[in-house]
Amino acid sequence: MEKKKYQDIVKKYTPQEDRTYHGIVAFVIGGVMGVLGQLLLDLYANWFHLPTTDAAPFMIITLIFFASLFTSLGFFDKWVAWAKAGLIIPITGFAHSMMSAALEYKKEGFVTGIGANMFKLAGTVIIFGVVSSYLFGFIRLVIFGG
Amino acid sequence: METFFYKNVYLNETSTVAGLYEKNGPLGHYFDKTYDEFYFNEKTWEQAESKLIEESIDIVLRKLNKTRFDIDVHISGDLLNQIVASNYAASRLRIPFLGIYNACATSVEGMIIGANMIEGKLIHNCLVTTSSHNNAAEKQFRYPVEYGAVKKKTTTFTVTGGACAYLSNEKSMIKIDSATIGTVEDMDIKDSMNMGAVMTPAAASTIYKHLKNTKRDIRYYDLILTGDLGTYGEKMLKEYMELEYRIPLKNYKDAGTIIYDLDTQPVFAGGSGPACAPLVTFSYILEQMRKKELKHVLVVATGALFSSTMTNQKLSIPSIAHAISLEVVK
Repeated sequence: MEKKKYQDIVKKYTPQEDRTYHGIVAFVIGGVMGVLGQLLLDLYANWFHLPTTDAAPFMIITLIFFASLFTSLGFFDKWVAWAKAGLIIPITGFAHSMMSAALEYKKEGFVTGIGANMFKLAGTVIIFGVVSSYLFGFIRLVIFGG
Repeated sequence: METFFYKNVYLNETSTVAGLYEKNGPLGHYFDKTYDEFYFNEKTWEQAESKLIEESIDIVLRKLNKTRFDIDVHISGDLLNQIVASNYAASRLRIPFLGIYNACATSVEGMIIGANMIEGKLIHNCLVTTSSHNNAAEKQFRYPVEYGAVKKKTTTFTVTGGACAYLSNEKSMIKIDSATIGTVEDMDIKDSMNMGAVMTPAAASTIYKHLKNTKRDIRYYDLILTGDLGTYGEKMLKEYMELEYRIPLKNYKDAGTIIYDLDTQPVFAGGSGPACAPLVTFSYILEQMRKKELKHVLVVATGALFSSTMTNQKLSIPSIAHAISLEVVK
């Protein structure tokens, strides 16, 4: 059979993913995460009498802490599998990816296991985050003069 | 010469050890031993998988009332890098050992190698083992287990289990009748989340060659069992056989769809892994053969020869399938 003809068969029997449903779930959960972040931000700003910019790290740390804790307790993966991008895109996804990799490799030692594998998934985010922020910073400098 | 006929090779005894999801599946009560968790009192998943092989051998030897000194050759393979589960089990058993790899087609590959040696009178008997472990496979091939990575509907779920077969020249009810070695097929499928589509061409080509070389009609077999194509692969294979070879697939099932309850268990398109085909064959199918409900069964174990290194290099995934024909005698 020709490859093209076979690929048509594959296409015919490969089911469509429920993109609209997944999109709505991710949108709502992602939105809830945003609201939660804003709520924490306002709370910290009020409690500690801080300007919002200084309260932001506290909010981020709180979200990272709870995502990592829930991952370690073993149920955050089920939430992620359901909410998908809704939990992966916010900072919770970043923390979760590091914590899950660390848990996975802890039996292979501190250095050769956790150290070498913790950034297996998050490493890409960091690298391209830094590269793109440099790039956009540079563009901003050229166009707007800083 | 891809098909062999055997005059004097028998499948005397088998054993199956399975994990939690398989226990909760429809075939749960057919397995010799099952576990409720994923470590089996070992420290890591890899070591747990190795234990599955050791235990499956223990159970077979106990059933046969033999010791490891009575076994001529041990043939084993699994999904882990460097087939470590087999190697570490073999290092403790110290039976003359052949390590093999054909991904999820390993079980039948091992049976063919063993049967050929027995038919050639080089050995009297052999043990063929295969294993797979869901978490160990996820860790090696995909994402960390606790990450809960997003999956497509066509993804298959690696079976946790170990299976052992004792083949010999001593007469028994189940005879190994013939076997066909498959060729590696590649239809340019690159989606590692759709292994059914990857393996279908290999399964089709092996089934076709087997029927052609044995001059048998498809209806000769009471059951044709593929290894782990999953629900969507099943449909693709039927259409492929019909279009390419004009053979309507009758009496056909896929082990990956039998081992789990696809409606209630979170397994997507069904089971997969080297242990999938033998777990189903050595428990449920052999039971039916012993009751003479099935007399001629063709087991076609299918393997996706997948490596994330090669798919990251944008190469497609090659696949293989081997067929072995079992029949009831007496």
